Amino acid sequence: MLCQECGKRPATLHYTKIVNGEKTELHLCEVCAQEKGEQIPMMENGFSIHQLLSGLLNFDAPYTEGEQAKQTVQSSALRCPTCGLTYTQFTKIGRLGCSDCYKAFGERLIPLFRRVHGSTGHRGKVPERTGGRLKIRREIEQLKEQLKQCVAREAFEEAARLRDRIRALQRKLEG
Amino acid sequence: MLSLQRFIQSAMSEWMRGGGPQSDIVISSRVRIARNLAGLPFPMLATASQSEEVVRRVEEAFQEEKEQPYFRDAELIRMDTLDDLQKRVLVEKHLISPHLAEESRHGAVILSGNEAVSIMVNEEDHLRIQCLFPGFQLKQAWRLADHIDDTLERHLSYAFDEQCGFLTSCPTNVGTAIRASVMLHLPALAMTQQLNRLFPAIAQVGLAVRGIYGEGSEALGNLYQVSNQVTLGQEEEEIIDNLVSVVGQIIDQEQTARRRLLESSPIQLEDRVHRSYGILAHARVMDSKEAMQRLSDVRLGIDLGLIKGVSATVLNELMVMTQPGFLQQYAGQRLDPGERDIRRAVLIRERLAIEHDDEN
Repeated sequence: MLCQECGKRPATLHYTKIVNGEKTELHLCEVCAQEKGEQIPMMENGFSIHQLLSGLLNFDAPYTEGEQAKQTVQSSALRCPTCGLTYTQFTKIGRLGCSDCYKAFGERLIPLFRRVHGSTGHRGKVPERTGGRLKIRREIEQLKEQLKQCVAREAFEEAARLRDRIRALQRKLEG
Repeated sequence: MLSLQRFIQSAMSEWMRGGGPQSDIVISSRVRIARNLAGLPFPMLATASQSEEVVRRVEEAFQEEKEQPYFRDAELIRMDTLDDLQKRVLVEKHLISPHLAEESRHGAVILSGNEAVSIMVNEEDHLRIQCLFPGFQLKQAWRLADHIDDTLERHLSYAFDEQCGFLTSCPTNVGTAIRASVMLHLPALAMTQQLNRLFPAIAQVGLAVRGIYGEGSEALGNLYQVSNQVTLGQEEEEIIDNLVSVVGQIIDQEQTARRRLLESSPIQLEDRVHRSYGILAHARVMDSKEAMQRLSDVRLGIDLGLIKGVSATVLNELMVMTQPGFLQQYAGQRLDPGERDIRRAVLIRERLAIEHDDEN
């Protein structure tokens, strides 16, 4: 069953709401449920990391009313072209919809990274298949460092070998 | 009904059997890494067929690598083939998350035979590779998780960005996407009121402390989970080393506190642990909170040599087996909370009696 609100995503929350004796059945996806601010019975007690996150995300500095309104307009217009998640939805759910959201919301995520991780750049593992270029660049940097040391201790033969290896890798990067 | 001994045999995961370095204080070490497949939306927004596609690709990769030692007797279990009780037992063994059990669509888990490896599929991220070891073995757990990650990556293209690292559904996991944690038993620091001094210090170095059943859960039985918070900007090894060194210091402090307690008030300590043992061995009704506290006392008594003839793994085992899912599985029927308290008392008495028989 599809979500009755957006009609696109699968409905994952099914429940019956009774207001003034009137019964309404709701079938929503998580995004729309959060968007509508529906209280989901099972989630009432849980205070999740995602809620905390959305607190961090709503910190857009309210300079003047006008600017704040402008910010809000920009935020609500921001949408990931791949999965359709809007930035506003993200600030409510605290979770991204697909890997392209990182590009779509790029600028806005940086302050969040700084707050949560104290850093904005990855320094860890790089996968073979999808991280090939980064791997090569890191190797070049390492080799350049070694090259410097070789020159310093006048080990020119080894330095020449390293220089050729760096050139080969650079060609690989360009090609 | 299963005999208790057979039940224990089948219920125990490797990490519950205890052992491993410094297992008097560190119950278990766990490393979990999150990965997503490139080109498919994260589980929250994936359609049924996209989620199914993830399971299919992961299963294919797993089958291709079936000869790897940790995969040889592993199997892929789909969540929709399990009933609620079976799922609950997996949660209580810390092999899957409550989220995978209750809310995931097309969720699955690859479990190794000894249950040291569990790979959740379609949890919050497409893949969550988890390695769980007894005692203080964080580096070993990381090495294995890293290796499994490489093995799967031979067949799967991950969502990765040069700047952000591994892309995850929640931005708090982005980068290395690694979460490393240890479960610690800290009764002496609790008794001597030193935890409220220790915990803020842990938070200041970028680590988090929680009760064993996750965010917001109470620290039952003086068990605490310490884990890294930061996943971006540090290398995996740094993250692990950082945690190892802080945990090392916590262990030292707990050991010192234990020695001091033993020196300053030996008879009171002895009274407390034996009293708790007496209650566990004879009570007829036992709620889970009291069970955890008493088991903590007894475990401390065993570690300090005040109680003899009871194996140190009793706490690990009973802590898991007295949870609602296990109690109901052992009873072979659904139980309401009142019945569970009675069954829990029975299970604990029987378990301690086995120890006693073994001793004689």
